Amino acid sequence: MKKKVLTVDDSRTIRNMLLVTLNNAGFETIQAEDGVEGLEVLEGCNPDVIVTDINMPRLDGFGFIEGVRRNEKYRAVPILVLTTESDAEKKNRARQAGATGWIVKPFDPAKLIDAIERVTA
Amino acid sequence: MDMNEIKEIFFQECEEQLAELESGLLKLNDGDRDPETVNAVFRAVHSIKGGAGAFGLEELVAFAHVFETTLDCVRSNKLEPNQDVLKVMLKSADVLADLVTCSRDGGSVEESRTRGLVKELEALANGEAPPAAEAPKAAKPAAAAPVAKPTDDSGFQPIPFTFDGFGEEEDVIEQFTYEVTFKPTRELYSKGNEAALLLRDLSRLGEMSIACDIDQLPALESIDPEASYFGWKISITTPKSEDEVRAVFEFAEWDCELEVKPSEASADEELPMIPVPFDLSSLDDEPVETVQPQAETAAKASVPEATSSVAKAVNAAVEKKESAAAAAAAAAAQNNPAAAASSAGQTIRVDLDRVDRLINLVGELVINQAMLSQSVVENDTNGTSAVNMGLEELQQLTREIQDSVMAIRAQPVKPVFQRMSRIVREVADMVGKQIRLVTEGENTEVDKTVIDKIAEPLTHMIRNAVDHGIESPEKREAAGKDPEGTIKLSAKHRSGRILIELIDDGGGINRERVKQKAIDNDLISPDANLSDEEIDNLIFAPGFSTADKISDISGRGVGMDVVKRSIQALGGRISISSRPGLGSTFTMSLPLTLAVLDGMVVTVAGQTLVVPLTAIVETLQPEASAIHSFGSNQRLISIRNSFCPLVDVGRILNFRANQANPVDGVALLVESEGGGQRALMVDAIQGQRQVVIKSLEANYTHVPGIAAATILGDGRVALILDVDAVVGASRGQSLKPEMSLAAAG
Repeated sequence: MKKKVLTVDDSRTIRNMLLVTLNNAGFETIQAEDGVEGLEVLEGCNPDVIVTDINMPRLDGFGFIEGVRRNEKYRAVPILVLTTESDAEKKNRARQAGATGWIVKPFDPAKLIDAIERVTA
Repeated sequence: MDMNEIKEIFFQECEEQLAELESGLLKLNDGDRDPETVNAVFRAVHSIKGGAGAFGLEELVAFAHVFETTLDCVRSNKLEPNQDVLKVMLKSADVLADLVTCSRDGGSVEESRTRGLVKELEALANGEAPPAAEAPKAAKPAAAAPVAKPTDDSGFQPIPFTFDGFGEEEDVIEQFTYEVTFKPTRELYSKGNEAALLLRDLSRLGEMSIACDIDQLPALESIDPEASYFGWKISITTPKSEDEVRAVFEFAEWDCELEVKPSEASADEELPMIPVPFDLSSLDDEPVETVQPQAETAAKASVPEATSSVAKAVNAAVEKKESAAAAAAAAAAQNNPAAAASSAGQTIRVDLDRVDRLINLVGELVINQAMLSQSVVENDTNGTSAVNMGLEELQQLTREIQDSVMAIRAQPVKPVFQRMSRIVREVADMVGKQIRLVTEGENTEVDKTVIDKIAEPLTHMIRNAVDHGIESPEKREAAGKDPEGTIKLSAKHRSGRILIELIDDGGGINRERVKQKAIDNDLISPDANLSDEEIDNLIFAPGFSTADKISDISGRGVGMDVVKRSIQALGGRISISSRPGLGSTFTMSLPLTLAVLDGMVVTVAGQTLVVPLTAIVETLQPEASAIHSFGSNQRLISIRNSFCPLVDVGRILNFRANQANPVDGVALLVESEGGGQRALMVDAIQGQRQVVIKSLEANYTHVPGIAAATILGDGRVALILDVDAVVGASRGQSLKPEMSLAAAG
């Protein structure tokens, strides 16, 4: 069975890259453009892993992660933070919000797939 | 979709982000302090950087990074975005835009420009903020960063994880043995990490034996399903370094007790460990599928044979139970994830070619419908048949479809206006003037084909306004004006056209100088008696330039005459009104679309022509007494006590050899260059209708005096008259192909 990945990113470029990379690696991909949409889509898609950006309009990655962790049904889903933020403070915040792991941009398909493999069975 | 297509999307997105960036910065410049505005600006740069990184556009990444760092200071209120700061930022936005363009089209941005701004940005970031700014290169992960100690005060440092060697044959024969002690806390599980997976990853590094510490496992009835009870002790033999072994726990190291040390002697067996064969195969299944009801799993967990996957099973069991409760709702929603996903997006992107094709097809439909109507009318004289009624509805529908389709291609003028603000900044900087650009009605929509074509003339007019219109700060102060000049660019809809106004509060047209220049250039005779309006309009005369010396900025060989002609080529008109000392106003009126045109269908020497309705002021039936001869073959018509030159369209276009008798025809009073009027003589008026414009140049070749062609209801081709060219020809200028902006520039 294909593993399902929910990606949340406001950049069309990155969304497309995620889509291509994940589809090529045999994942089923569902995409949302910001945290608010991410939480909406989450309800229907039951993902095996979530990949999210931090800087997004409406609801940022921190808020989104907290939202997922508050959700009784999906709180155990691994969440990877996809971000260019490399400073300690932002990662720490993401971790406190409940992020499982992170992928430091620039976007690299191999890195992404490896990280997903690490947090999923 | 391949990488090149994604790259194309990236550049498209860059354009949008750059527009967002600029409009945000301009809002800040106007005193907007909404945190969302700052966030949007930050996100724009951040997004560009993110995408650029993915494509390895290092120059772009480096600059975006410095820019982003400074913006972050604004975002965290460490830097007040005052005018000086914003000036640097607006310049940076321009450089960023140039870097994007260079990344796409090749070429390079002057390094001095980039370097200078990087310094300025860094100075801003360091000025009031703690020197948190990283060097641009830090944006790329270092090849081998040191592993963070779990005890770091920040507690969180990036560790690039490399899986080099996974699945590869190792050349290195040297093997190390490490003793790893790993005891997760409950937070590890609550963040979605999983001990079993970490152990699986560890096992991939080499040969390992693992022992589970179950000492803390309480009795079944007091088990907390979400608590962490197990610890593991692993002995692993691997060619990897200690750091690489630690890197396995990169995501988890804050939520566990972890010890990794090189093995000293033989494995110590002081702890009561139960050796467990580490079976990876059980992990290849979906976690949920392997899970049993909670009680059963917990019972299983209490037996000593428990494997490392128990903790996982307990966790997953909880999840399973909860998800079962809501299974029905979830299943319903699951059928339609796409609908849920699309609910947030209000727009779709469509390739422009498709829209163009649709517009062309609808154009054909309009023509076809007109032809059908005409043939039905010819065969159904009383006009009451059901076919006729149906046709009327069809006509209505066709018109509505056409309007709706045109609305698809309609775009706000905003992007063009935004480009102008950059031009104002750059040119004002060059000539040492202080100028503010105010825009109004940016959301006014107009057909994309028109938008694409107004940018160039508008750019030229803006340059002119900055260079010639607005005075130097000293002059302005001497005249009691604000040293900062204002240029206002506004757009609005008016009676089916778009009206663009460019208003400056500069010195206005210097009529003395304009007149003198026109005399010097032989444009007018020294004793010509011209009205103020006529003098103002001299600046549109071919070959006219008021600047005493040709500057870099506006003196590029393109005069206002070319601007005027390119506006006219779009079916538009331009006029100027000026008040000495107070400024000038340029008014452009343009059609909303270049696809259709409201025209008057006329007959000239047996030919059917279409005259754009917008050019016609009024129509009249000349009386013999109103016609006056003037010179050898000129004639004038007197209209309400003024004389207006009469132009025989049939003669000008060489449809006939001799002038027709005006009394037999109809005169169309048209507005022409210079504000004067001309009466165009045609034989008869057939009616008014909307026609679909077909380019003559694209299908045949340019014909002087003819703007385009159309297909009428009876299937015949009719030419659309180029009113200004015909009027120009009547003045003695021969009909010759128009000089285009491109050719002149």
